[in-house]
Amino acid sequence: MASLAGEIDNTSDDPRVRAPLVVGDHDLASVTESVARVAEAPRPPRAWYIAFAISVSALAILGVMILYLIFTGVGVWGVNNPVGWGFAIVNFVFWVGIGHAGTLISAILFLFRQKWRTGINRFAEAMTIFAVICAGMFPGIHVGRIWFTYWMFPVPNQMELWPQFRSPLMWDLFAVGTYFTVSLMFWYVGMIPDLATFRDRAVTRVRRMLYGFFALGWTGAARHWHRYERAYLILAALATPLVLSVHSVVSFDFAAAQLPGWHTTILPPYFVAGAIFSGFGMVMTLAVPARQLFGLKHLITMRHLENMSKIILVTGSMVGYAYLTEFFISWYSGNIFERFAFIGRAMGPYWWAYWIMVTCNVVTPQLFWFKRCRTSILVLFIASIFVNIGMWFERFVIVISSLSADFLPAQWGYYTPTLIDILTLIGSFGLFFTGFLLFCRYLPMVAIAEIKAVMPRKHRQGAAAAGEAGA
Amino acid sequence: MSDPVAATVAAPHEGTEATPEPRELFGLLVEFKHEDDLLAACRRVRDAGFSKWDAHSPYPVHGIDAAIGIRPTILPWIVFAGGFAGMLGGLLLQWWTNTVDYAWVVSGKPYFSLPANIPIIFEMTILFAAFGAVFGMLALNGLPKLYHAAFHSRRFRRVTDDRFFICIEAADPRFREAETRALLESLAGDAVERIEERGHTDPPKLIMHVGLVAACLALLPLALAARAWYSKSTLPRIHPILNMDQQEKFKAQRAHPLFADGRAMRPPVEGTVARADLHLLGEDDHYYYGKIDGEWATTLPQRLRADVPGLLERGRERFAIFCAPCHGMDGSGNGPVRLRSDELGMPLVVKAMHEDAVRERQLGHLFNIISNGINTMPPYGDQVPVRDRWAIVSYVRALQRSQLATTADLSEEQRAERQRRRSGND
Repeated sequence: MASLAGEIDNTSDDPRVRAPLVVGDHDLASVTESVARVAEAPRPPRAWYIAFAISVSALAILGVMILYLIFTGVGVWGVNNPVGWGFAIVNFVFWVGIGHAGTLISAILFLFRQKWRTGINRFAEAMTIFAVICAGMFPGIHVGRIWFTYWMFPVPNQMELWPQFRSPLMWDLFAVGTYFTVSLMFWYVGMIPDLATFRDRAVTRVRRMLYGFFALGWTGAARHWHRYERAYLILAALATPLVLSVHSVVSFDFAAAQLPGWHTTILPPYFVAGAIFSGFGMVMTLAVPARQLFGLKHLITMRHLENMSKIILVTGSMVGYAYLTEFFISWYSGNIFERFAFIGRAMGPYWWAYWIMVTCNVVTPQLFWFKRCRTSILVLFIASIFVNIGMWFERFVIVISSLSADFLPAQWGYYTPTLIDILTLIGSFGLFFTGFLLFCRYLPMVAIAEIKAVMPRKHRQGAAAAGEAGA
Repeated sequence: MSDPVAATVAAPHEGTEATPEPRELFGLLVEFKHEDDLLAACRRVRDAGFSKWDAHSPYPVHGIDAAIGIRPTILPWIVFAGGFAGMLGGLLLQWWTNTVDYAWVVSGKPYFSLPANIPIIFEMTILFAAFGAVFGMLALNGLPKLYHAAFHSRRFRRVTDDRFFICIEAADPRFREAETRALLESLAGDAVERIEERGHTDPPKLIMHVGLVAACLALLPLALAARAWYSKSTLPRIHPILNMDQQEKFKAQRAHPLFADGRAMRPPVEGTVARADLHLLGEDDHYYYGKIDGEWATTLPQRLRADVPGLLERGRERFAIFCAPCHGMDGSGNGPVRLRSDELGMPLVVKAMHEDAVRERQLGHLFNIISNGINTMPPYGDQVPVRDRWAIVSYVRALQRSQLATTADLSEEQRAERQRRRSGND
C-alpha cells in the first residue's frame, strides 16, 4: 500500500512536463484500494453521520412540506397574482443548472480529452442525478393539484385531449426527462467496471450479490471494453448537445413569454453559461470536503480544484458579460418597457437580490485570477458557496422581478416567500445531500478504471515491479 | 512467489482432480502482471489462430484491439438507427396527436408547424440514440450475464483490480488441452489454471416465487386501467381526490358572524321582485310568459310592435350568439356543436327551425321553449333578457319563412330580376 505523500504540488504549468493526475506513489492496486475502502469500511467517518443526520432531517421537512402543500393547496406558498411562479420555479431552474456541470465534466471535457476530468467525473455525475431529481420535483408540485401532473406527459387525459406540444413547458418536460435519463445511463454505464471491482472485493454474500447484480457480469474482456469505450464516447457525443439544449429549453420557458426582461434572445446562451457556472460551484462545494473526508486527495488533486476554479472564473465572467449586455440592449433597443424592467432590477423593490447576485456571480470569481486563491482550499470552498448563493439569486431576480412589474402598473405586486417556501427550499437540499451521501457511502466515488487508464505508465506497472523485486 | 493470493491458487486443478466427478472443461486461464506482457501474449495467441478467447483487464489497454484482432464494432449503426427512430417518433407523436387524433387550434397557429416541434424532436433523437448506445453495447457484449466460469477462479477476482488475464475457451475449434497449455505456459504469465464449468446455481426459490407474485400484482393496476378504458359504465366516475368538494365558503341559510344580523345570506335589495312574481306587478302574461288567458300567444306582445325591423335585427344578432352554435346560422340544425357531436360518434338531436313541428308552434310556445328549454335543449331564460327572447322568436319565424319561401314572397323587382336571370341562363 503506497503512502499518501501529502499535498504534492501538481499545479505548476511547465509545458515540458505533463502534470501528474494522480499524485503520490500509487500503483493499480492502491488506487483500487483507496477508492474501494470508502465503501468497504465498516463505519464511515463521524462527519458522514453528522452530515447524514442533518440531510435526512431536511429531507423529512421536505416530505412534511409537500404533504402540507398537497392537502392544503398552493395558497401556503407566497405566490400571488402577478407572481404566479415563486420559489418553486426559482428552485427548479437553480437545481437543473447545478446538474449541468456533471454532464459538462463527463461529456464535454471527455470529448476535449481533458484527462483531469476522471478524478471528479463520477461524483459530478452523481451530483447531476440528484440535482435533476430535486429539479424535477418542483414543476410536479407547483401545479397545485398534483394528481393532474400526468397532463404533462404525452398521454391523452380523460377527455382524450393530448398535451400541447408547441408549448415551451412541454419542451421543458422532454428536455429535462431526456437529460435525466441520459445522465442516469451515462453514470451507470461508467460505473459498471467499478461495480465489478466492488463485486470482486466483496467479503459478504449480500455485497457480492448486490454489486454483482448491478455489475451485470462484467469481466473486463477486451471485446467488451472495445464496445464499451465506443458506447461511452458516443454517449459523450450525445450528451454534449443535450446539455447545451436543456438549459436553452429551460430559458425558452421565459424567452418565449412576452414579459419585459424575459423576452430576449440572449437567454439561452446566458442560461447555459450560468448553469455551468453554478454547477462547478456545487462540484467544488462537494469536492473540497469529500476529498478531505474520504482520503482522496491524491486522486482529486489540487490541480483538479485549480482547473475547476478556472472554469468558474471563465463562466462567471461570461455571466457578468451577459448582465452587461442585457442592460445595454435594454437601453439600445429603445423599448421603454425593457428599460424599465432592467432599471427596476437594479434599483427597484428587489435591488437587494440583484446586488447579491452581481456580488456573488461577477465579483467573487475574479479572485481566481490569482493563483494563491486558486490553490487555497479555504478560498475555493467559500467562493463556491458564494457562487451557489449568487446563482440562486440570479434565478430569483429573473423570475420574480419580471413577473412582479409587467406592462400595466395596475397589475404590479410584491412577492414575499412564506416560511413554507423557505423550508421547502431547505428540504430540497436535504433530498440532494441525502442522495449524495448515500452515493459516497455505497458506490465508487471515483472512476477507478478510468483513473487507472490515465495513470503515469510507471505507476501502472508498479505492482508488477514490486512483485518481481520481492521474488 | 511473493503474491499470497496467487500462491494459494497456484495449482487449483490439482484440488479439483480430487473431487469424484470430473467436470467439463471451460477453458484455460493465464495471468499477467504487466500490460505489455499481455499485449505480447495476445499477439501470440492471435497468431496461433484461436477465435474463442479473450483478454481481460482492469482498464481498457491501449493497442489491445490490434493485438487481439478485434474488428470495429457495429455499435455506431445501432446508435444511428436509435436516433433516427427517436427523430421519427418525435415527429409522428406531435403531428398525429395535435393534428390527426385531436386537432387543436392554439393561438390561431397551424396544427403542425415544424419550428415549434423541433425541440421535442431533438430531445427524442438524443434519447433514443442514447438508448441505442447503452442497450446496443450491452446486447453486443451479451450482458447482463451474471455467470461466467472464470468467476470460480479466486485469482480472476483481481481482473478488476491490477491483473491481466487471457482465457482460451475449450469450445474453440483449435483447442487441444495439452498443446494449448504448452502455448500458454510459454507466455510471460504466471501458472496456467484450468477453469471448469460447474454450472451456475439458481437464485433461491423464495426470491423467484416472490418475484413472480410481485410481477403479477404489478400488472393488476394496468389491467384494471385498461378494462376501465375499454368498458362502459353507468356509475359515476371514481373520485378519489375530493378536490374542491369541501370549500370554506358561505352558504345560503347558514349563520355567519361577519354581518350584524348573523346571516351568511344577504337579503335582496329593497324593491326586488322574484321572477315568478312579475305578474304581481301588474305586467302582462303575454310579455313575460308568452300566454294569453292560459293559451300560447300567437302574436307579438303589444309593446314590441312599434319597431319590428329593429326587433328582427336584434333577433338576428342574438340568434347568432345563443342559438347558432347548435341550430346553425340558417336554423337548419347544422351548427358546429352538432357537427362535432357527429364526429365524436355521439350525435345530438337538433331541431331544424323549418320542420313542420317547429313551424306549427305558436309564438308564445317558442318563447317558452327559449325561456325554459325542451328535451335536451337547456333553458336560456337566465341568459337572455325577455325582450331579446321575443326578438329571437320573431327572427326564428323569419328563418322559417326564408327556408320555405315561394315566388309569391318576392317583391315585384325581385321577381323581375329572377325572370331576367332565368332567360339569361337559357
